[in-house]
Amino acid sequence: MTRRNAIPAWGSIVAALMLSIVPLPDPVEPFRPDWAALALIYWTIRQPERYSVGKAWLVGLVLDIAQGTLLGQHALALVAVTFLTSRFHLLMRVFPLSQLTVTVCALLAVYQFLLFWINGVAGIDARAVSYWGPVIAGTIAWSLITGLLSGLRFKLLARG
Amino acid sequence: MVTTRRSGNSPPRLPALSLKSLALVLISIVIMFADSRASHLDTVRQTIGAAVLPLKVIIDTPARLFDWAEAATVNRNTLARENRRLKNERMLIAAELQRLTALEAENARLRQLLDARRQLTREVRVAEIMAVDANPFRHTLTVNVGTLDGAYDGQAVIDAHGVIGQLIDPGLKTSLAVLISDPGHAIPVEINRNGLRTIAFGTGEIDALDLPFLPNNADIEIGDLLVTSGLGGKFPPGYPVARITSVTRIPREPFANVEGTPVAMLNQVREIMLVEADAPTLSESPADD
Repeated sequence: MTRRNAIPAWGSIVAALMLSIVPLPDPVEPFRPDWAALALIYWTIRQPERYSVGKAWLVGLVLDIAQGTLLGQHALALVAVTFLTSRFHLLMRVFPLSQLTVTVCALLAVYQFLLFWINGVAGIDARAVSYWGPVIAGTIAWSLITGLLSGLRFKLLARG
Repeated sequence: MVTTRRSGNSPPRLPALSLKSLALVLISIVIMFADSRASHLDTVRQTIGAAVLPLKVIIDTPARLFDWAEAATVNRNTLARENRRLKNERMLIAAELQRLTALEAENARLRQLLDARRQLTREVRVAEIMAVDANPFRHTLTVNVGTLDGAYDGQAVIDAHGVIGQLIDPGLKTSLAVLISDPGHAIPVEINRNGLRTIAFGTGEIDALDLPFLPNNADIEIGDLLVTSGLGGKFPPGYPVARITSVTRIPREPFANVEGTPVAMLNQVREIMLVEADAPTLSESPADD
């Protein structure tokens, strides 16, 4: 059973990694959601005993290599985000969608702030505005996708 | 319902989780230091990079398929027109080249007289840009050649019009190249008209380079062409870099505000060329970021 259950999670994480390096047209580029962070938040809320900081760190390292950022930058940010999610996963499970969306927005803001901070320390010059796009886009993507998924689940449950 | 499901498999307890997170954060910080200070982690990067390669190839495939489909379905008239245009272009270039051969021979003769030697022809390798977006914080490209193809760190990247940038993170089969417009990049240049040397910095805008070290009385005009000077040893000399777009002289300041726009199509190319630099003859501060 565990074997079968791992497929959707890893599938979504690999898909998230691919989405984070897919080319986007220039105007949309600053609004690329942090797919890897979103996928890890989702799976940490659902199965914190299996998807937690260790796996988040590994995914972060792969993301660093794929994007060519400082090795460890995304790893650190993802560990922090999954730690917070894992800490509050019980609370987040009973949140209504509106509250959950606000929480996810806060988590994404923490994520981007850590990236910003590390860039600042390492002397990489990126404009401060460019950190807001992913947070906004990620929050919107989250509410849409979870809304869709939960709707689908209810439908499947109702059908039996 | 949620609580009943939880009772079966308990999540890790908090102290353990905190400790683990703290340890991972510390490891990350150590890695980042090692990575930013020197190239201690090149093998790690290449190993994980090999694992990421399939993802990049899969992402790149639709773009490649689209190119292929476009080439396969193009109609005969278009092909004929393109063929005619290319033939004309080739004729013009061949005519130019005739002159160039004579000039090259003359140049070699003169250099021999001056007892200076510098090879004029150099190894050029054609590569393609992969349809993969990378680092969100820097101006970079992913290129489909790596160390297995002979690419190396700091190799110059050009297109048909001029310099694009240099390789910064060569993997086994793909490499990362930084553009000359990246805010952390600087390239040693000279003005083609009078040989005045300076350095062109990236600004973070794709169509602007900054030349901060030109004094107010420097002989520079709008429209001047900047070419690589070859100082620093990374970029081979003589390749066009940018054209001056604005010169503002402020009487009280020691330096003028000079801006240029790259002549290479930084965001439109797909085919690029990697040029081998010769060993640095004149040592100045390297042109790296």
